[in-house]
Amino acid sequence: MNNVQEAGLVITEPSTPLIKRGGSSLKVTSVTKQYDAFRAVDDCNLTIQSGEFLTLLGPSGSGKTTLLRMIAGFSAPSSGRLELDGVDITAIPPYRRDIGLVFQNYALFPHMSAAENIAFPLKMRGIKGHQRREMVDEALSLVKLEGFGHRKPRQMSGGQQQRVALARALVFRPRILLMDEPLGALDKRLREGLQVELRRLHRELGITIIFVTHDQEEALALSDRIAILRAGRIEQLGTGSELYESPASLFVADFMGESNVFEGRLERQDGSFLLVGDGFTLHVPSVAEDINSSGGQASLVVRPERLTLREASQPKTADLNTVRATLVDSLYLGSSVRHEVRMDDGRLLTVRGVGAVSARPGDQVYVEWPRDGAVLVPTKVDAEAAKS
Amino acid sequence: MILRRLVVPAFIGGMVLFLVAPILVVIPMSFTAGNAMDWPPQGFSLRWYSTIFTDPEWTSRIPVSVQVGVGSAFSATMLGTLAALGTTRGRFRGKGLVTALFLAPLVVPVVALGLGVYFTWALGWHIGPIGFGGGLLGSVPGLILAHTVLGLPYPYVTVMTSLRGVDPNLDLAAASLGAPPWRTFFSVTLPLISPGIISGAVFAFLVSWDEVVIATFLSSPRTSTVPVEVYAQVRDSISPAAAAISCVLLLVSVVLIAAVGLLSKKRGQSSTSSKK
Repeated sequence: MNNVQEAGLVITEPSTPLIKRGGSSLKVTSVTKQYDAFRAVDDCNLTIQSGEFLTLLGPSGSGKTTLLRMIAGFSAPSSGRLELDGVDITAIPPYRRDIGLVFQNYALFPHMSAAENIAFPLKMRGIKGHQRREMVDEALSLVKLEGFGHRKPRQMSGGQQQRVALARALVFRPRILLMDEPLGALDKRLREGLQVELRRLHRELGITIIFVTHDQEEALALSDRIAILRAGRIEQLGTGSELYESPASLFVADFMGESNVFEGRLERQDGSFLLVGDGFTLHVPSVAEDINSSGGQASLVVRPERLTLREASQPKTADLNTVRATLVDSLYLGSSVRHEVRMDDGRLLTVRGVGAVSARPGDQVYVEWPRDGAVLVPTKVDAEAAKS
Repeated sequence: MILRRLVVPAFIGGMVLFLVAPILVVIPMSFTAGNAMDWPPQGFSLRWYSTIFTDPEWTSRIPVSVQVGVGSAFSATMLGTLAALGTTRGRFRGKGLVTALFLAPLVVPVVALGLGVYFTWALGWHIGPIGFGGGLLGSVPGLILAHTVLGLPYPYVTVMTSLRGVDPNLDLAAASLGAPPWRTFFSVTLPLISPGIISGAVFAFLVSWDEVVIATFLSSPRTSTVPVEVYAQVRDSISPAAAAISCVLLLVSVVLIAAVGLLSKKRGQSSTSSKK
């Protein structure tokens, strides 16, 4: 097994159980990937902590999969470096990186049984006989597929196949687990079930996971931190609630969920700021420096659940932003009610509330929200990003 | 109704007869007890079968045919598999042209190929210090090389077809699991394309097994293949031994084709039954 040692693929203590083994940290330093005239990944900087669950979130073509493939070692960055636990791995081939990968289409070997698939990485590392069987059994039970070892992939359902793929990527105790839209091919209920299970595995194993998805709800449900990618760049990096509650740009605000946007110009008044737009004047939360310097053009982003609907008959509450509107429709969604309202200038707003209101479509209503229930972002962030 | 029930079956029957009759004629003639290929055959005997396995005229040919068939099938399959891997997985300029070249032996007139091969094998072919051929006429290696060219397109096509059904992500998955490229090839790619390799090899063997034109160009009185000898004998004499050996050739072909058919049918069943 010279070969294996040369490759550096030696599991230090193969007998350690998978549980609570921990993971490695990864540092991505100004990584760029250029294809002819197209820059798929543009100067990405990212540090993933040991044991962290980090999601690369972005629309298709944002470079998230390209970045993941470079971390896996399938393609080399045009410039920049990748460090695993402080060691430069930029030039190391994928089969010596010890990084597990789960594909969207499972990529199980069709001519091998589930157990043989899971044994494959162990075979590559020269682990034999009894020990190999034990590790395979442990991995099978980890993904709750005891007794399915002899089945061929084509005799299993999509969800089961993805569990086998997961067990195969975990069994060799990878330093990092990469997942490329692993739940994308599954239906909604199965996907939610596997999300819960993935959370459990992450918690139990303490492994570092980098997860790629374009589904913002999935990213929120799973991740410790999320990196939002756009046109090859990391637009914002933070915890789910940071991204949702205080997005740095309209793009992030929009991508993280439904939002109502008011565009206007900032005006100072008695030490605080007002956003003055077409037919409205709004109180805004504290103003960041960069917005101040961008010529006073800004957008106020308010999440639908931060808005409340006040019927015309009810008294106005002080210290709230208020806009007048007409109720267009109310949709009863079980856990919430979704109201569509139209402001006097024709702008549509979405309000999510609990419980029914007596106002009917066509009635006049007021939409209100507290001053700090909204986020101010620079309006022309797109043009600025393109220039720099 | 009459059309459906009578005319169409009659037409199909006629077609089948037209295709098969020349072959069927050979079989009874090979069992004749007479000394000539007569129709109808006289009596029944296996004497001509015993002739082909005892007469040096034939026994010296059979090993040549087998060697050339197996040798050219082996090298055509090796080269065809590598070519299929390269043109399916690789990315390079002029891929279309390269693909066309590998398929060219299917359409290039065999006589033209035979003539070119004849002169190259006999005289050699030189550009400056680089040379090839010469002294290969009437030799088994010469025949193997020429038949490799003829057989190459078959494994090329069958392996390419198998490869198209293999998910390229499997290579990446294997790499991420710690398999260097050569281990990925032997433990993942090769098992998955083996049906294409086997059927390609069988076809390449059969191409060589009954090939007359190129083999005639390259044969010497001492070294020649069975089909060349059959052709020569039929022109000179009317010995039923030619019919008997033809039946042996036919039997080998039928058995091999049937084996490939069974293999692919079994594969097809196991993959469809499991899809649910």
